Amino acid sequence: MLHEVGHARRVTSTISRGVAVQLEGVRRVFDHNHVVIAGMDLRIETGEFLAVLGPSGCGKSTLLRMIARLAEPDAGQIRIEPKGERFQTAFVFQDAHLLPWRNVLANAALPLELMGEAKPERDERARAVLEQVGLLEALDRYPAELSGGMRMRVSLARALVTEPRLLLLDEPFAALDEITRFHLDVRLRELWQRRGMTVIFVTHSVSEAAFLANRAVVLGKSGGAIKLDRRLELPAVRDNELRGDPRLGKEMRLLLGAIEE
Amino acid sequence: MKKTLLPPLIPLVVVTLMAEFLVREGFVRAYLVPAPSAVLRAMMDSRMELVQALLSTSAGALTGFVMSALTGIAIAVLLSSSRGVQRAFYPYAIFFQTVPLIAVAPLLVIWFGFGIQTVIASAFVASVFPVIANTLSGILSTDPPLRDLFKLYGASPLVTLFKLRLPAALPQVFTGLRVSAGLAVIGAIVGEFIAGGGLGSVVEIARTQQRIDKVFAAVLLASLLGLGLFGLINLLSHLTLRRWHASEQAQ
Repeated sequence: MLHEVGHARRVTSTISRGVAVQLEGVRRVFDHNHVVIAGMDLRIETGEFLAVLGPSGCGKSTLLRMIARLAEPDAGQIRIEPKGERFQTAFVFQDAHLLPWRNVLANAALPLELMGEAKPERDERARAVLEQVGLLEALDRYPAELSGGMRMRVSLARALVTEPRLLLLDEPFAALDEITRFHLDVRLRELWQRRGMTVIFVTHSVSEAAFLANRAVVLGKSGGAIKLDRRLELPAVRDNELRGDPRLGKEMRLLLGAIEE
Repeated sequence: MKKTLLPPLIPLVVVTLMAEFLVREGFVRAYLVPAPSAVLRAMMDSRMELVQALLSTSAGALTGFVMSALTGIAIAVLLSSSRGVQRAFYPYAIFFQTVPLIAVAPLLVIWFGFGIQTVIASAFVASVFPVIANTLSGILSTDPPLRDLFKLYGASPLVTLFKLRLPAALPQVFTGLRVSAGLAVIGAIVGEFIAGGGLGSVVEIARTQQRIDKVFAAVLLASLLGLGLFGLINLLSHLTLRRWHASEQAQ
């Protein structure tokens, strides 16, 4: 009985960690006539790991920027539920984009610093999240002294340091070599499972999308039309064993088919 | 260290020896180009006067340069604050740059009198523009994703300026300072031609006395002053930026 109560509480707290995102008729136009996204409807559930796939220029990045409130839709609306606190969204860019004059710890603590948290607390929280991405031994190194994979992990730590309820990633590992990318994929998936936040992951790698996500959306070449919206039939625990699994191959073929359609 | 010093020393020695030879053998008239040994002798003979002049010019150039650095960065920050401000005032900054200093120098004397103030003003006018232009372009070229990041966490424009835009502009600020250091020395000498004092006066007086050797000695010192300032900026830049770039790391 006690056990069940504890379990229920854990599930509840996991659910409350994420947010749902509701897009209704979202439209975005560039330079007055180039329609990047023409009326998109999409609901992303609380705690979901969604991969958004599509060719370059299909509006994937624009979509993420609008969800992060870094750009406004020209029409339609984007609702985050529950509305909650101001800084519940984190963004990971295509490259690490660290501040070269700050060491690893100060880079990871930056969001908390901007939000006005005191130095001892923010350093402690940054240290904890850097430990989770395996960078505890590199705290006082500078970005120029790190490998590409390490820089990306700092970038991930910087995004996670505020314990966001919504994590947006814009082709974050595209510039890395495959082995490093495999490691980071596994780590990201673990972090998501531990924290229960909602993740939207934009990529043009079919294998990465299938490996990471619970649900994948394939966008068409123009206007952000949704060509496929699929719940992936894969085990919850994803590790490198899965990479050779026929079920993963099947999902990849389905996604690829939708892209090439 | 040896490897970087040796190559530029070779042409110096060769040219000096050639000049000495050409003047001594009468291929070049000594009243047009002095023999290097004569320049050295003039330097030793008038060393007190030259050292005094060098110190005076250094004070003028350095003060003007520091003023340029401070006001130049401040002006660039103001210009970067909005596109409207930039459109309204940047053309005047460029205009300021194109006004020939030598033509303005007499005006400076009228405003600031015969003294170091005019020298400082002249050094300032000559050297402020590169600081403005480079700092401004540095501030404006801040990495857009980083601007997004600051926006995402609700950073105010002032916080973004001091924690992102200005530090990110530092490499370009230093580029501006390097150019402007040399210009400050030129500005100071021009000021001294008109207002008197320092190496400018030494050159001016030695010229009327046909002491070409002394003119060369003063010019040499002025160049060394510019070089010294340049080296100082390089050192500062290296100390500030050494952990930023892999290229600086390798050195």
